[in-house]
Amino acid sequence: MSDVAGPPSFLSALGERLIASSERVGDFLLLALQTLHALFHRRPPLLETLRQLEEVAIRSAPIVIITATFTGMVLALQTAFALSRFGAKPYVGSIVGLALVRELGPVLAALMVGGRVGAGFASEIGSMTVTEQVDAIRAMGADPVQKLVLPRVIATTLGLPALTVFAILLGIVGGGIIADLQYDISNQFYAQTVTNSVRIDDFLSGVAKTFVFGWGIGMVGCWVGLRADGGTAGVGRATTEAVVISSIGVLVSDFFLTKILMLFPTEKWVQAILNGVQAIVGRMS
Amino acid sequence: MTTPVIELVGVEKAFRGVPVLRGVDLAIQAGQTCTILGGSGSGKSVCLKHMIGLMQPDRGHVRVDGEDVTGLSEVGWVALRRDFGFVFQGAALFDSLSVLENVAYPIREHLDWTEDQVRARVAESLEAVGLSGIERLLPAELSGGMRKRVGVARAIALSPRVILYDEPTTGLDPANSRRIGELIQQLQHDLDVTSVVVTHDLDLCFRISDRVALLRDGTIVLDGAASELADRSAPELQRFLEGTEPLPPAWAEPDDPKQEKHSDG
Repeated sequence: MSDVAGPPSFLSALGERLIASSERVGDFLLLALQTLHALFHRRPPLLETLRQLEEVAIRSAPIVIITATFTGMVLALQTAFALSRFGAKPYVGSIVGLALVRELGPVLAALMVGGRVGAGFASEIGSMTVTEQVDAIRAMGADPVQKLVLPRVIATTLGLPALTVFAILLGIVGGGIIADLQYDISNQFYAQTVTNSVRIDDFLSGVAKTFVFGWGIGMVGCWVGLRADGGTAGVGRATTEAVVISSIGVLVSDFFLTKILMLFPTEKWVQAILNGVQAIVGRMS
Repeated sequence: MTTPVIELVGVEKAFRGVPVLRGVDLAIQAGQTCTILGGSGSGKSVCLKHMIGLMQPDRGHVRVDGEDVTGLSEVGWVALRRDFGFVFQGAALFDSLSVLENVAYPIREHLDWTEDQVRARVAESLEAVGLSGIERLLPAELSGGMRKRVGVARAIALSPRVILYDEPTTGLDPANSRRIGELIQQLQHDLDVTSVVVTHDLDLCFRISDRVALLRDGTIVLDGAASELADRSAPELQRFLEGTEPLPPAWAEPDDPKQEKHSDG
């Protein structure tokens, strides 16, 4: 290709970009398939999976607590401020509750975990790749997908929904504090408006999305880590890439997932995911 | 002639469209210690990685015990690799695991041994490399020479038939280099293995080898018994020694940039 004479045209540059992009997409899908294959044909290493789950669900809790609480607080502040123009201030609980449950809780938790854990996966696996530790795993007759990717992807897929539930609850509490202190809306009334307007359906659709976000964050972190090359600079690039891809991925897929979940009854989707989780947990124990 | 343990036939490999191996032919006989010589970036390590399936050739064939393993799946390689030990250039020890767990890794992966058996074998492997009693240390607490030797201990933990060494003395001081050379000879003697050593260290090469192959421009340009080449008068060797080797193209990435940097210093 590079032997062709003449200045590179816009079309050939575009073509090369397209080829490179589709090669990357193919590479990602291949890793996703290998991970799925490893899930069903090999045992995930239990200890490593638990260690990663701790990293995702427990060690990420502080940043998610702070993010969710303050988002709930500012949300209450803003909505009560806006609603008071229409004399609808008492409904702040409905809006804060619905916004957090359906949208903000899942997306904020995913962005935080993507930034913290996804980047961590990329730098850890990236360092292992450039120092030949991943090759060493292969050379000793073991499978890096089973040893490195599978436990991390399981951890983010299961850990993020748990964190999200936590984030939603704390956000609602944060909103309640501001509603009480700033706008004299009693906690009891606030709680009532939240429970009256948020249905179980809203909650399930919000949390269901986080299984997909969690899977994506884990996969992207591992994938860019395994592709890292060029020494420490390569590890840095991989880490940045993990945060960028997973953040954009969460925000873009959120729109489509929300649209899909609105088209289909949520209960069925959630049941299917829960069955899947049960199967995975069953295999590990 | 008996079937070679490892055979590369016309192996070609390119990275991002730039050729590194341009048709490498090399047959390693059982019990031999064969050294592949070559300058930095000449593709020596790439050559070695083809022998154990860590890289797949773009063209050409790889045979193990006469059987064509070109394009073998990763699952297929798992069983084969049990017979191979690979000593990485930077040792490639797992940072988060102790020396014990590092050396025990291939044992736990392939054998269903009790903890006592595993520990006994680890102790045996560490003793073979002269590092008894360091099981509880972490790789970060070891010196460069010790790391390499732990890397060797890990490679011999499963009593392999073949040991592949990737730049075993790179980045080591002369005393440690000599010690590694003696270790390779001793293992050769004690375990009766087939060894392939990739290096640019001529002293090491002639101290340990039965056979020497020189890699240049992606092909083997010299291949002969070490005893015949030991006077270093062969024109190809002279060219290598005098540094009139063509420089590797600027694009050539070192096999392990981090290690390469240290070794040059």
